Amino acid sequence: MECNPENVIYMDNNATTRVAPEVVEAMLPYLTDCYGNPSSMHNFGGQVGGAVEKAREQVAELIGADSSEITFTSCGTESDSTAILSALQAFPEKRHIVTTRVEHPAIKNLCENLDRLTGHKHRITRLHVESDGTLDLAKYEEALAEDTAIVSIMWANNETGVIFPVEKMASMARERGILFHTDAVQAVGKIPINLKELDIDYLSISGHKLHAAKGVGVLYIKRGTPFVPFLVGGHQEEGRRGGTENVASIIGLGKACELALETMEEENGRVRALRDRLEEGLLASVPKAMLNGHKTDRLPNTTNISFEFVEGEAILLHMNLYHICASSGSACTSGSLEPSHVLRAMGVPFTAAHGSIRFSLSVYNTDEEIDFVLEKMPPIIAELRELSPLWKAE
Amino acid sequence: MWEYTDKVQEHFLKPQNVGEIDNPSGTGDVGSLACGDALKLTLKIDDDERIIDAKFKTFGCASAIASSSALTIMVTGMTVSEAERVTNDDIADFLGGLPKEKMHCSVMGREALEAAIADYRGVILPMAEGEVVCDCFGVTDLDVIRAIKESDLRSVEEITNFTKAGGGCGKCEDTLRDILQTTISDVALKPVKLDTPKRMTTLQKIKKIEEVLEREIKPALKKDGGDIELVDVDGDFVMVSLRGACTSCAKSQTTLKEYVEKKLRELVLDSLIVEEA
Repeated sequence: MECNPENVIYMDNNATTRVAPEVVEAMLPYLTDCYGNPSSMHNFGGQVGGAVEKAREQVAELIGADSSEITFTSCGTESDSTAILSALQAFPEKRHIVTTRVEHPAIKNLCENLDRLTGHKHRITRLHVESDGTLDLAKYEEALAEDTAIVSIMWANNETGVIFPVEKMASMARERGILFHTDAVQAVGKIPINLKELDIDYLSISGHKLHAAKGVGVLYIKRGTPFVPFLVGGHQEEGRRGGTENVASIIGLGKACELALETMEEENGRVRALRDRLEEGLLASVPKAMLNGHKTDRLPNTTNISFEFVEGEAILLHMNLYHICASSGSACTSGSLEPSHVLRAMGVPFTAAHGSIRFSLSVYNTDEEIDFVLEKMPPIIAELRELSPLWKAE
Repeated sequence: MWEYTDKVQEHFLKPQNVGEIDNPSGTGDVGSLACGDALKLTLKIDDDERIIDAKFKTFGCASAIASSSALTIMVTGMTVSEAERVTNDDIADFLGGLPKEKMHCSVMGREALEAAIADYRGVILPMAEGEVVCDCFGVTDLDVIRAIKESDLRSVEEITNFTKAGGGCGKCEDTLRDILQTTISDVALKPVKLDTPKRMTTLQKIKKIEEVLEREIKPALKKDGGDIELVDVDGDFVMVSLRGACTSCAKSQTTLKEYVEKKLRELVLDSLIVEEA
């Protein structure tokens, strides 16, 4: 298999990111010489344990947590499942969960399967979103009930980049003695987060979304929060997550978090400017194009644009000819027959949902790449609209 | 990413016969935006009932566009009665195959062709008279039955791949299953066992296990001077205790697994695991 990243214009960073070269360098010793088990008594393994602890501190630093609050997992999905199932086991008499219609499948499908997993009956309240993808806090407050065990609301949406006011929502939950979890895999590393000052009890991170390797995640568990492990086994991670550590990936994630702190300003400055230029350029040069999601309450790297009357998969395959990588919320790309649940929850009309394209940038994108995409997209859309029986040129 | 054949790629990137014929002899308009794909086919048919030109406009993914392009090439030059015999499989074959989840794209091609021919003849398609079973995609029972028969479908999942029925809210799945069962017995083929996992509560399991132990297993063991008691059921784990001659029998473990477990799996639930308490 041959991959040629130099030829690719990668604008699909909400799917996964390039592993930073510095991260690879940090990981390599732990894939070669330093193969000891962190749990071993001997120095050869013990020093690896020391490196894992350093990575824990690097992660904690990025999100304003204490290193004792960081538990390494295998991925964002595991972190999400761990948090929710932990809360439900800690409060078995509470059978209500509050979440949203636009969560990632890691939360959405877990909620659908809870009865089977826990053997209990649960009530799930899935909050509606507004047409710009934002949440109504009054409706959120109404949803919080006596028997609510946990709230799980993502920090930022993977498809639109829309940011939810989790700080405020977490406080509202805390006032009522309800645990608060946030799936922050899209937010961590892109926007500043300081958990010390917040009432968030659990927070999920996925390594490969912030330039670390795949196969490592984090669950932040606020000190004092009730916790029941999900993966039961050895005493690793203070007994919070059994299984030998994915050492190299953990070390890499630590490094990636250190880098993210350094690039946070660039992400919110230069990358945001690139994104804005791309977005404004496309909306101006392509007729019947519209932005999905709130314009300002949004991650700096994401834009989701609908090109009406054309279908997303067809657009992506034409972009692929120019080695431009992005994603679509169209039905055809998902393997299901309906377009993205996020866009449908926002009430985006079908004419637009099928033709939605998500561009998600990173610090590796350049001005030249934006120019290139701005040049190639309008003719691609025009060509496909020529084929479309629904398109009437105005 | 979908695995598309070179032929699909070719017809997607360089589609043939794009457009609309002025004053067509027949027009077929199928699908809709809400469904995620739509196709408008126009035909020019001469006095000898031969299709001399075909053009299309398609909203949809790569396989929908490629299927439309393929269709227009295939039917041009055919007589109307020849074109009537074109099936969705012919379209898929022309393209060197389609991913199974994309077969509905070739079905859309055939539907457009039928609609255009019906329009030319001035008749109403029988399919339109069926009863809509899938509200999400407007698929009728007649559409489903036809797809089952023509493409030899064997599961609800396959029906969805070919007709899109059941691919939205999923409410019609039971109806589709019923149509499948009836249609398959119509064409004199054995209905396939549907792979829905059997679920029982622990209480149901205990009752059923006790019953089988009393009726089948105990009498057999007693012949050799042995006996068995049910101690506990935990999920699918069935804990039993062997009594009498069984306790000193060297083959008791074999009896447990090969006889008791087999019997319980056969008569109660095939996921049961029998253990000695």
